[in-house]
Amino acid sequence: MVLIKTVMILCCRKEENNLKSIKLHLDHFVHEVKKKYILFLMVLPVLIYFFIFAYIPMPGAYIAFVDYNIGKGIFGSAFVGLKNFEFLFRTGDLLRITKNTILYNLVFLILGNAFQIIFAVMISEVGNKWFKKISQSIILLPYFISMVIVGFFSYNLFNFDYGFINTILAGLGFPKHEFYSDQGIWKYIIVFFKIWSGTGYGMIIYLASIAGIEQDIYEAASLDGASPMQKIRYITFPMLKPTMILLILFGLGGILKGSFDLFYNLIGTNSVLYPQTDVIDTFVFRSLVGQFNFSQGAAVGFYQSVFGLVLVLTVNAIVKKIEPDSALF
Amino acid sequence: MEKKNIAGRSEKIMKICFYTLITIFALSCLFPFLLMVTSSFMSEKEIVSEGYKLIPDTVSLSAYKFLFRNFTNLFNAYRVTIFIAVTGTVFGLFFMSMAGYVLCRKDFRYRNQISFFIYFTTLFSGGLIPTYMLYVNGLGLKDSIWSMVLPGLMSPWSIFLMKNFMKSIPDSLYESANIDGANDFRIYWQIYMPLAKASLATIGLFQILGYWNEWYNAMLYIQTPAKFPLQYFLQRIVSQANIQLLIQQGLTINTGDLPSESIKMATAVIATGPIVLLYPFVQKYFVSGLTIGAVKG
Repeated sequence: MVLIKTVMILCCRKEENNLKSIKLHLDHFVHEVKKKYILFLMVLPVLIYFFIFAYIPMPGAYIAFVDYNIGKGIFGSAFVGLKNFEFLFRTGDLLRITKNTILYNLVFLILGNAFQIIFAVMISEVGNKWFKKISQSIILLPYFISMVIVGFFSYNLFNFDYGFINTILAGLGFPKHEFYSDQGIWKYIIVFFKIWSGTGYGMIIYLASIAGIEQDIYEAASLDGASPMQKIRYITFPMLKPTMILLILFGLGGILKGSFDLFYNLIGTNSVLYPQTDVIDTFVFRSLVGQFNFSQGAAVGFYQSVFGLVLVLTVNAIVKKIEPDSALF
Repeated sequence: MEKKNIAGRSEKIMKICFYTLITIFALSCLFPFLLMVTSSFMSEKEIVSEGYKLIPDTVSLSAYKFLFRNFTNLFNAYRVTIFIAVTGTVFGLFFMSMAGYVLCRKDFRYRNQISFFIYFTTLFSGGLIPTYMLYVNGLGLKDSIWSMVLPGLMSPWSIFLMKNFMKSIPDSLYESANIDGANDFRIYWQIYMPLAKASLATIGLFQILGYWNEWYNAMLYIQTPAKFPLQYFLQRIVSQANIQLLIQQGLTINTGDLPSESIKMATAVIATGPIVLLYPFVQKYFVSGLTIGAVKG
């Protein structure tokens, strides 16, 4: 009995304390706002912006769990639990687009980083300054071009009637090739354009970290008789490893996302090519504009967001272990 | 002696390989641009009979002549793009630099909470469909030009970049201005902003580039062709294989007679031209932004 009483008293005290501390916090906050109201006003537009455009849509993801009815709105529609997910799983859509997204992104990451490192190392090795500058500029140029233009390039090259490749094929006496109905070839074209547009960007990052390697190490190696190839193999590559690991890890964090503009501008609404080229982002987009199947599209989007968050947190935990300074948070 | 010779020779071979590989890759980066330009100067007859070529037999200006005569719609798309780029960049830079200033102030108690509030949006999002419904149902922005300005107005990445730039400005400047009685906005506007010019240029250029390449939000929200920005205008021309968009309403032109294939390419050239021409001059700002953003995100 006495015990219960003391516990109750303690609890009450604790609550009082909690209330007190909340009030204290509030007082602090009000005081702070009064004192620094200009600073608060200055940061207010950004807070409002992210609140409206990033936080308000978050509860809207609830639409993934209802049978959406336009008349009733998101929160008025009938709750159906995981039915939308179940349907997507049963039809095999979810599995197919997840597989495509992950495979494409893995290839982009591995091949992309390989190209970026190799070209960064090669550019840092060539002596001619003028050549260095010009080639760097040219390789970076595609990064600034919109994917719409890349779609033009692809039309320019692969169009059946007038495409450049078919012009050459015809010139050499081969039959023309129907690229836009050939399922097998587009994965290579997509990867090609991804590498084409992304190499410059990554290369700049690797070049910056090569520039950070101390020259003494190379000089010492030269004195010991190391050949240029050996210096690349035993100095440059190992020094680039931390950057590479970081870029790949963070890339893995985003493996369920991205490149909608690339896929959409190359493939568009050419449904013949979907089995090989449909990814999560294109699927969600189609469910919005093509079929008006909001709930299913949102279910895929929700699945992408949640797994994406889990992936980023995992990756960050790993990074924190091996390179605490580079962790995101 | 002989060993040194061999080493020297292998080094030479290696360098030659490097030069060749870099040249090949750089040329492949340029090639689609060149093909687009030369295709735009081809005559329709040659394209139809032989296809797009890198070196046409005859040079024809008919595509550009057509665009010059029917410039109204293309010019209008240019205007839309310039409008969204200018408003988005000016307002975006103003709001983001103010936030950057506040977040770098060590005496501001809530800076960590606010940073996290901004940062969290990169980790989790409601997704495309709830966002779409917010724009269309919640804010009524369907077919409004603001639906293309708002999505790219601010980004967490740019705010943190701004904050890091501001951090490098010595505190003593703030303190002396504070003692002289200047308020925070004045310190930001008259002391920090002039010193942050380089970073404003970097972030501003990324904003302009983003708006210049904008087509995605136009595709989602815009229905009236008069409000199409440049890139979406182009996308419609190539994906729906029609150049009808270029022709002003009310004019009747027999599209069968038009050099439509070279016109497509000429339109793309006119839309890409400004970026390619400005690129050499602004490249260094982009590169500094890329490396800083990558090293310390």
